[in-house]
Amino acid sequence: MGELRLMKGNEAVAEAAIRAGCDGYFGYPITPQSEVMEYLMAEKPHERTGMVVLQAESETASINMLYGAAGTGKMVMTSSSSPGISLMQEGISYMAGAELPAVIVNVVRGGPGLGTIQPSQADYFQAVKGGGHGDYKMIVLAPASVQEMCDHVKLAFELAFKYRTPAMILSDGAIGQMMEKVVLFDPIPRRTEAELISQNPWAATGKPKTREHIIITSLDLDPAGQERVNLKLQAKYRKIQENEVLYETLGVDDAEYLFVAFGLSARICQKSMDLARAKGIKVGLFRPITLFPFPEKQMNAIGKKVKGMLVVEMNAGQMIEDVKLSVGCSIKIEHFGRFGGIIPTPDEVVKALETQIIGG
Amino acid sequence: MTEEIIIAGFGGQGVLSMGKILAYSGVMQNKEVSWMPSYGPEMRGGTANVTVIVSDERISSPILNSFDTAIILNQQSLDKFEKAVKPGGLLIYDPNGLTRLPERKDINIYSIAAADEASKLGLSKIFNMIVLGGFLKLKPLVQPEYIHKGLEKSLPARHHKLIPENEKAIDIGKSLIKAVHLIN
Repeated sequence: MGELRLMKGNEAVAEAAIRAGCDGYFGYPITPQSEVMEYLMAEKPHERTGMVVLQAESETASINMLYGAAGTGKMVMTSSSSPGISLMQEGISYMAGAELPAVIVNVVRGGPGLGTIQPSQADYFQAVKGGGHGDYKMIVLAPASVQEMCDHVKLAFELAFKYRTPAMILSDGAIGQMMEKVVLFDPIPRRTEAELISQNPWAATGKPKTREHIIITSLDLDPAGQERVNLKLQAKYRKIQENEVLYETLGVDDAEYLFVAFGLSARICQKSMDLARAKGIKVGLFRPITLFPFPEKQMNAIGKKVKGMLVVEMNAGQMIEDVKLSVGCSIKIEHFGRFGGIIPTPDEVVKALETQIIGG
Repeated sequence: MTEEIIIAGFGGQGVLSMGKILAYSGVMQNKEVSWMPSYGPEMRGGTANVTVIVSDERISSPILNSFDTAIILNQQSLDKFEKAVKPGGLLIYDPNGLTRLPERKDINIYSIAAADEASKLGLSKIFNMIVLGGFLKLKPLVQPEYIHKGLEKSLPARHHKLIPENEKAIDIGKSLIKAVHLIN
C-alpha cells in the first residue's frame, strides 16, 4: 500500500502531480485553490524530481505557458478557480484544436462574475460543453473525495496523453479545502528526454536533420483542411465516449428512485440515501465520475428500472440536461440545487425527493 | 461506529488544529476521517469551525446539519450549534466568556474550564488539547498511542519537542471535564 496521509484536496492534487511525473506547473493564486501552488512551492519539487513550478503573472499567462510547454510533449498542469478558468478558455480551445495534452484543475467557486469563494458546481456547462470557441470537448473528471483528487491527477495525465487532448479535473471549494485520509500512489519517475521523444513523435522537441519540421497549430485557413481537423477531433471524441466512461452506483439494485449527482453533491446524496432508506424510501445513487464522456448508455439503462430521478447539483440545473438526453422523457426527472456557494444539506435533499419526485 | 463532531470557537483558539490532530490520530488508527473547515467570509467574521467525522466505514457527506457531539468555545458558536446536536447527543462547552449557558434537556452537557486552566498554567497554546482531552474522556474514539502518532504527523518537526506537553494537556482535560446535565 502507498503512503498514508491526511491531506486537503488541493494538497493532494499538488502531491499527485509530483508523483505522476509532471514536468511543470504554471499557476496564479485564487481562493479556494491557492494551496495547490503553496504546497508545490513549499515542497520544492525541482529538488525531488526536477519538476518546474512557476507563478505566472495571470491566468492568461498560465494557460499559454501550458500551451507552449505541452507543445514540447512535457507533462504540464495548471489549476485555478472559476473566474481564473474563464480567463483560460481561449488557451484551452487552442490546445484542443492543436491536440495538446495537459491537465487543468478547476476548484469551482460560486459565480457568475467574481461571485464568492465558497464551493459551487456551476461550471459544469463551461467544462463539459466547451467554454471556449469551436467544436471541442475536454475529458472532464469529477472527484468526490480527497483520494480521488489524488488519483484523478494521474488518470487525467494518462487520458490527456492517450488522446492528445486537454483534461480537466472539475472539483469544488469544499473538496479542495477539506482533509481526508489519502493513500498516495508510488512516485512515477519523470520521463527522460529520450522517452519523451519516442513516446510523443508529434512533439516539438528540436529538429534533427533526419526529419521535417513539426508544426503545432490550431490554424488552418483552408476550410477543407479545417473541416478535416474537425472530423478528426469528432472521431477522437467518439472514441473517448466509447472507451473512457467512469461512474459509480450505490444501492441501485432495489431502488425505486434515484439520486444523480457528481462530486461533492454525490457525497451529500449518500447521506441523504441513508436518511431516506431509514424512512423506507428505496432510493439509490448514480454518480458520473467522467462528465465528458457522460455515462449515457448506463444512465439510459438505469432509467428503465426506476420511477423517478432527482438530479442534485450545486447549480441551477446543468448536468440534468445530459441526464434527460440520456434517459429520455419516460420518467420524472427533476433538479434540486443550491447556488452561489451554499451547500445543500442531506435533509433538504431528502425533502426535495419527497416533494418533487415521490409526492410531485 | 461513526462519530460526527462540530468544533466551534474563535479563530486563534486552535479549533482547526484540534480537529486536525483528532482526524490524524484517527487515520493512524486506520479509521476513515474527514475534516471540513469553515473558510472564507465565515472565518473573517472571527469565528472558526470544523466538522470532523471519524468512522469505521466509508464517510458519506462531509457537510452535516446535525452532530453527535458539539464542542463549543464561544457564545456565537453556542447560539449556532446547540440546536444542531442530535437528540441524545453530547455538548461540551468552555464557560469562559459565555453569557448564556446551554439549555437543551434532551442531550448530555459537560463543561470544561480549559481556558482558565491553561492560563493558570501559563500555557495558552495547549488550551485546545485540554478540550480535546475532555472530549476523549467521554468518547475514547482513538487510543493514546495513536494520539501520539497523530500529534507527530500534525505538528511540524520543529515542534515535536512540545508533544509531551500536549499529551499532558490531554490528561489534564480528562480530569477537568465535568457533567452539567445528563439525560439519564
